[in-house]
Amino acid sequence: MHADLLLAAWTLAKILAISVPLIIAVAMYSYWERKVIGWMHVRMGPNKIGPWGLLQAFADVFKLLFKEIVVPANADKPLFYLAPVLAVAPAFAAWAVIPFDQGVVLANLNVGLLYLLAMTSMGVYGIILAGWASNSRYALLGAMRSAAQVVSYEIAMGMALVCVLVLAGSLNLTDIVNAQAGGKGLLDWFWLPLLPVFVIYFVAGVAETNRAPFDVAEGESEIVAGFHVEYSGSAFAVFFLAEYANMILISFLASVMFLGGWLSPFPASWGLIGQGSWIWLFAKAFAFAFMYLWFRATFPRYRYDQIMRLGWKVFIPITIVWVLVAGCMKYFGWITAGA
Amino acid sequence: MLAEYWPVLLFLLVATGIGVALLIAGSLLGPKRPDAEKLSPYECGFEAFEDARMKFDVRYYLIAILFIIFDLEIAFLFPWAVVFTKIGLIALIEMALFLALLVVGFVYIWKKGALEWE
Repeated sequence: MHADLLLAAWTLAKILAISVPLIIAVAMYSYWERKVIGWMHVRMGPNKIGPWGLLQAFADVFKLLFKEIVVPANADKPLFYLAPVLAVAPAFAAWAVIPFDQGVVLANLNVGLLYLLAMTSMGVYGIILAGWASNSRYALLGAMRSAAQVVSYEIAMGMALVCVLVLAGSLNLTDIVNAQAGGKGLLDWFWLPLLPVFVIYFVAGVAETNRAPFDVAEGESEIVAGFHVEYSGSAFAVFFLAEYANMILISFLASVMFLGGWLSPFPASWGLIGQGSWIWLFAKAFAFAFMYLWFRATFPRYRYDQIMRLGWKVFIPITIVWVLVAGCMKYFGWITAGA
Repeated sequence: MLAEYWPVLLFLLVATGIGVALLIAGSLLGPKRPDAEKLSPYECGFEAFEDARMKFDVRYYLIAILFIIFDLEIAFLFPWAVVFTKIGLIALIEMALFLALLVVGFVYIWKKGALEWE
C-alpha cells in the first residue's frame, strides 16, 4: 500500500515535470509569436514588461485571471463551463506518450499512436460544445466551420500516420523513433521516403489547430472570434492554453514521426554531435513551432471552400496513394527500419 | 502491461484539474457585475436575436458522415500496418484491394458533389 502511494506520488511528480514546463512554454510561445510577427511587420513587438518584454505573457495571464467571466444569459451554463475543460484536457494528456529521449517517456504505451489520435480527436468536442453552449450566432457558425475543418484534416493526418506505421511496424512512439536510427543521420529519417505525407502532415496539423492560414473558425473579419467569442477572462485563457499546447504538440509529433525525434541529423560516426539527445528533439520542434508563426505572418487566410477542397480533394487522395507506396517500399525492402 | 496505463489516466485527471483550477481561480478572482446588456449574445452592437440555434447547412452533416467512414478505414489500416511485415505479400495485395474499394467510394462521393462548397 505504502509502495503504491509512493509510486503514485512519483508519477504525479513526473506529470507535473511535463505540465508545468508546458504551461511556461505556452506563455513563452505566445510572447515569441507576438515578437516574431512584430519583427516580420517591422515593429518592435512587446518590449515593456520585463527585459525585452519577456514577462508580457505572464502579465497577460494575471490580467485574464482578474477579469470577469461573462456567461451569456441564454447560454447553457454547465456546457459553457465544460467546453474549455474538454478542450484543454486532451491537449495536455496527449503528452503522456511523447518520448523526449531514449527511455524518457511517461507512459511507454504499445498503442501510443492510437492514444494520440484519440486525444487529438477529442479536441473538437471542446470547440463544438463551446459554440453550442454560447447560444450566439457567431459562436455557432465558428464551431460548425471549425468542427468540419478539423475532422476533414484528421483523415489526412491519420492516413499520413498510417504511412509512418507501415515503415516503422509499431504503434509505440519510442519504436518509431528507433526505426529511424541508422548510420546516415538525417537521411535515415522517414521524411525522405514519405516526403509528400510529411508535408501533408504538418499542413494538416496547422489546419487541425485552426491556425492561420486556415483560421476561418475564428476569422475575425467575418465572425469576430468564432467559437470562443462569448468567452472572457480565465475561461478564454483555458481555450488559449489548449490551442497553444496543441500547436506545440503538433510540432513535437511532426519531429517524432518524420524527423527522427531525439536522433542527431549528423552521421553517428561524427562523434559527439552524431549522438542522439533531447536537445535535437527540442530544436526540431522549435523549428516547426516557428513555422506556425511564419505561416501566420506570410499567408493570407484561405476561403472556407478552398480549405475543404485542399483537405478532401488534394490531401486525402495523395495520402491514400502513399499508403500503398509505403507498403511497397517496405515489402520490396527499399526501406529497412532501424538499419 | 496494464501498469503502463495508470500514468495516462492520472495525466488525464491532472489535465482536467488544470482546466478546472483555472476556471475556479478566474471566477473567484474576477468581479461579478452582470447586467442585461452585458449578458446578451454578442452581435456587434445590433439588437440580439432571441435564440441562435438555427438550421445549419446540410453539408456539415455530410462531412460528419464521411468523416466517420474514413476514420473507420484508418482504424482498419492501423493493425494492418503493424503486422504487415509478418504476413507479407498477401497483406500487401489485400490492402491494395481494400484501398481500391475505398477509392471507388471516394470517386462516387466526389462525382456526386458531396465535397463541393462553391
